[in-house]
Amino acid sequence: MAEKLNIKEFLDRDEKKDLLRLLTAGSVDDGKSTLIGRLLFDSKKLYEDQLDALERDTKRYGNAGDNIDYALLLDGLKAEREQGITIDVAYRYFSTNNRKFIIADTPGHEQYTRNMITGGSTANLAIILVDARTGVITQTRRHTYLVSLLGIQHLVLAVNKMDLVDYSQQVFDKIVSDYRDFATPLGIPDIHCIPLSALKGDNVVEHSPYMKWYKGQPLLEFLETVKIESDKNFTDFRYPVQYVLRPNLDFRGFSSTVASGIVRKGDEVIALPSMKKSRIKSIVTYDGELDMAFPPQAITLTLEDEIDVSRGEMLVHPDNLPFIDRNFEAMLVWMDETKMDPEQQFFIKHTTNLTRVKIDQIRYKVNVNTLEQSMTDTLELNEIGRVVFTSNKPLFFDPYRKNKNTGAFILIDPITNNTCAVGMIIDKVNARDLSTNITEEDRRYMRDGYSIVSPESRARLYEQQGHIYAISGEAATEFGYTLERRLFDIGKTVVVLNSREITDIEKVADTLCKQGLIVICIGYSANGKYITNCKAETNKVSSSVEDVLKKL
Amino acid sequence: MSEYKLTHLKELEAESIHIIREVVAEFENPVMLYSIGKDSSVMVRLAEKAFYPGKVPFPLMHIDSKWKFKEMIEFRDKYAKEYDWDLIVESNMKAFQEGVGPFTHGSKVHTDLMKTQALLNALDKYKFDAAFGGARRDEEKSRAKERIYSFRDKFHQWDPKNQRPELWNLYNARVHKGESIRVFPLSNWTELDIWQYIRMENIPIVPLYFAKERPIVNIDGNLILVDDERMPQEYRDKMEMKKVRFRTLGCYPLTGAVESEADTIEKIVEEMMTTTKSERTTRVIDFDQDASMEQKKREGYF
Repeated sequence: MAEKLNIKEFLDRDEKKDLLRLLTAGSVDDGKSTLIGRLLFDSKKLYEDQLDALERDTKRYGNAGDNIDYALLLDGLKAEREQGITIDVAYRYFSTNNRKFIIADTPGHEQYTRNMITGGSTANLAIILVDARTGVITQTRRHTYLVSLLGIQHLVLAVNKMDLVDYSQQVFDKIVSDYRDFATPLGIPDIHCIPLSALKGDNVVEHSPYMKWYKGQPLLEFLETVKIESDKNFTDFRYPVQYVLRPNLDFRGFSSTVASGIVRKGDEVIALPSMKKSRIKSIVTYDGELDMAFPPQAITLTLEDEIDVSRGEMLVHPDNLPFIDRNFEAMLVWMDETKMDPEQQFFIKHTTNLTRVKIDQIRYKVNVNTLEQSMTDTLELNEIGRVVFTSNKPLFFDPYRKNKNTGAFILIDPITNNTCAVGMIIDKVNARDLSTNITEEDRRYMRDGYSIVSPESRARLYEQQGHIYAISGEAATEFGYTLERRLFDIGKTVVVLNSREITDIEKVADTLCKQGLIVICIGYSANGKYITNCKAETNKVSSSVEDVLKKL
Repeated sequence: MSEYKLTHLKELEAESIHIIREVVAEFENPVMLYSIGKDSSVMVRLAEKAFYPGKVPFPLMHIDSKWKFKEMIEFRDKYAKEYDWDLIVESNMKAFQEGVGPFTHGSKVHTDLMKTQALLNALDKYKFDAAFGGARRDEEKSRAKERIYSFRDKFHQWDPKNQRPELWNLYNARVHKGESIRVFPLSNWTELDIWQYIRMENIPIVPLYFAKERPIVNIDGNLILVDDERMPQEYRDKMEMKKVRFRTLGCYPLTGAVESEADTIEKIVEEMMTTTKSERTTRVIDFDQDASMEQKKREGYF
């Protein structure tokens, strides 16, 4: 234990430690702050003057009787201290002989799902506390669901206050079994359950003498040894260009952080969306050129060829592309006090791209306590739903569960500039497969005999305006069908009406035209804003058709 | 797999570089606040790394309270020249000419006028929409909750209850005219990380960090350096030579030294590991009132 190192050896060793980011969640009285205080205290990171201040503060606000109130170490802000609750995410730092740790400490109150999501986005591991006396409660379920939603790979269920249930193995086993029933279907890959007492220090750093039946590691030992390297995606190379570096005419580099995968000097890469190919000429850093780079290294790539790549575009390997699409669906967590206005457009920040999105549909919202799904027209603060989006330009993405960095996004309200929601992409969506949300207002419209598809959306979908070509003359039939073929070939949506077959051609043509179609009427002529009359003469059909097309 | 693993310092470095590049890509007029201290020195090195082989594409700005240690100013001018920094120096000249200083006006008035006001005036003068600062979350309790992108309203004020959610590495850079963002790329670094990095990278720092015999007076338990003749005579009469160093650097009358033998980075770290005081206790201003740092931050101080 007490291995003697001189300071140089200590520093050389310290320099090589890795970093583990962890999230802690629990409800109000689970002893979470006490546990964190204990981790900080027992890892000898608390300086004496912080302890002095603590003793002062405990006298004024403390809730722990004569014991030191570890929780007061953590509650930074004045107003919160007076209320006795932590209300936001606070970050804590400590280190052991093997690792450095960043703790995101988040509160357990119902209304603060938002903060847990904020604290957990970068976490490698989550600790969820339960009180041994109460076992798995609604909040435990909610926290576990959020951990699975964020894709955190490692979870510790810390069954705290074991001292208050006589260190009973039966109590612990029952809680673990209840918990696994609930958590297993959520698919969190690695779940560890540890019985402990944060207040007394049992199974926090040292094995508890009172729980010999527990054969697993104490909490700190587990945190020090859990393997996190393989959690990253080293398979799919994704490089969202962050900044184009042009210090002089001889150097053009693309600076960014490797989002996933591995890139090597000489690799063939393709730029999205231009699909131009080139090879990696060099991987430049201040500390010298590299042969390869991996996430989350911040590097600068230079290419063999002068291809144009800007911020927001992406370099990938040509045989491994992300989705390139404007339509996608995602789990969305609403973070704003103001509820979602589904008609509004939002800014979306995804990798290094900033563009606009609209909401096509909310498929359902999830009750975070029961995981039940229900229909909804909107999402309110702390609500989570499965939402379908269309972005203004194609995004380059992967499903979040495969690739956090290319599957995550935030929504920004264009008026207030607040970060109003955050999302995790599930998949791309075929826009035409969407079942439509019908509102009450829509139903009134329909009952009154109106379509709820607007002329504008028809025009957008068909990429055309409704129009009638009234064709008369000796070669009307040939002209009409030639025009149909030519319009069809250039992607227009077109129908032909023949006056010999349809009696009320004027009315039918008018109806179809209003619904955005191009209507060709053979053997008919009329006047109107959307009508072009054509006289079809034998031997002049082709040139007349081309004249019509030119005027499109 | 271990060949694809970064040490904690390399991971923190990568995170900071990402943040610095993101700000330059998304803001029109960023600035880096340079305090001459060790954290600033690390931050400047990270900025140099972010844009290598190019130059750092924004200015550094030092808010000179006119009461900084002389050695700090010498250090600043030497390295600004050597590294070819685009350096802006701003002071509250009006208050300075009126003779505001910590000995005559006390630390609260001095800090407000010569630091906070000077900073706010300078930010308004140049219309910076983003300002990098070297603050770390482990320094002080109220900083533990601050975002990396910290939104400030038109009056440069921080509202701890109304912070934007901040997830993954997706930072929200959108502000209305007149509003701004303070950016803290060193948020996740600890004091030990800073020292380790300075050692690993050979980053120059002000010699005041290293122990040396210096002329000192004890003022209310703080060991204050006699840096110039503005130190009142009554104090100077009590001057004695002590081997001291400074754990943080600021205005000399407000920054206490610690007695120390540590004259190398290794010795400083050794002392830090075994020491009983955390670093901000040598700052006189933090003890003005309870929750005083939070108060200052709401008002616009870093």
